Amino acid sequence: MVIPNIVGAGLVVIGAGIGIGQIGGKAMEAIARQPEATGKIQTAMLIAAALIEGIGFAALFAVS
Amino acid sequence: MRRKFSIKKITFLLFLVSFVSVAQHGENADAENAPKVEKDLKTSIKEYINHHILDSYDFGLFSYTNNHHEKVHIGSPLPVILWDNGLKVFMSSKFHYGETLAEVDGSYYKLYHNKIYKTDAEGTISYDAEHHPANVMPLDFSITKNVVMIFVVFLIMFFMFKRMAKGYQKNNGMPKGMGRLLEPIVIYIRDDIAKPNIGEKNYKRYMSYLLTIFFFVWIVNLFGLTPIGVNITNNIAVTFCLAIITFVITTLTAKKDYWKHIFWMPGVPVPMKIILAPIELLGTIIKPFSLMIRLYANITAGHIVLMSIIGMMFIFNNWLGSSLSFLLAFVLGILELLVAALQAYIFTMLSALYFGSAVEEHDDHH
Repeated sequence: MVIPNIVGAGLVVIGAGIGIGQIGGKAMEAIARQPEATGKIQTAMLIAAALIEGIGFAALFAVS
Repeated sequence: MRRKFSIKKITFLLFLVSFVSVAQHGENADAENAPKVEKDLKTSIKEYINHHILDSYDFGLFSYTNNHHEKVHIGSPLPVILWDNGLKVFMSSKFHYGETLAEVDGSYYKLYHNKIYKTDAEGTISYDAEHHPANVMPLDFSITKNVVMIFVVFLIMFFMFKRMAKGYQKNNGMPKGMGRLLEPIVIYIRDDIAKPNIGEKNYKRYMSYLLTIFFFVWIVNLFGLTPIGVNITNNIAVTFCLAIITFVITTLTAKKDYWKHIFWMPGVPVPMKIILAPIELLGTIIKPFSLMIRLYANITAGHIVLMSIIGMMFIFNNWLGSSLSFLLAFVLGILELLVAALQAYIFTMLSALYFGSAVEEHDDHH
């Protein structure tokens, strides 16, 4: 039985979603603990999210 | 006192406007289908999206079908420059939007699915096993729509920064005019992107490249959201070139520590060093590769989704579905604005990170 390509793409998106969701959650906790560091935490969160999204897109690109 | 419009601005605007000319082009309906057969809505939406994403050999603003079932294109053709045993230059109006063959000095060229192939007088395209065209493609240096838009963005950036630099001269350090708008952004790039990543000693060398990349990617992404239909970062060749430039700059300005960390990582036992070396070497190529893919995929995916949702508006064709699709498309459009700026920021930040790792001086291992 051959698993179609789209299933792989869906799995990749699940992985990326979980990863970015975790980052977002931890960033929210950190901001709640220390509101004056909001700027730095936001910056770091965006960078990490972009890296994970990069892998996700690379995998989508390879799948299609 | 109001600043009067400078001569430069006027000439620039005239230059832009001169490119747009109304080119009336009637396309006769064939004998077998007159009036023209109405294509299925979904197929025509798919075709429209595909056409919108790809590059094109003429600067067409839009086209519509008038009352005589003819297709009218508004826009201007662009020069096509080919190298096929000699330089051949002609205007893309010879192609008539893919209808006719272009004949130049006895060789015929056909525009098929947005690529130029060399054919014979009848325009035969021979297909190979996977149903791809197997004709010879000449080397293509044409000035397509993307090239014109890159040139326009270059002019915009040039005049913008020139104006900004001049604003600093008169007021003794405090900027006037365009400087006021751009100074926070430039200072942000210097203090939050360049200095923390590259370090105090070396950041000045890379500032010009970082500024260029940031504003270029941002302006180009913003242009992609306008209805003109120019997609520059939608093209993987463009992002490939940007990533290659980052890669070349890191490789050429790297210090000894950088190469040492790749090939012979200090501080780990010898078997690990041998295992790490190919992985690190692959890493130097994968990092710019991921830069390219990230920018390309983000922008392309955003455009396709946005246009599909706008297409859904036409498929639904009732009050509830169309208005919901419109709202969704509106919200997604605003998100795309954020993505445009964010992707520019991420590209610049990661480039600064790679530059920083190239010139970093470690004094903890030895």
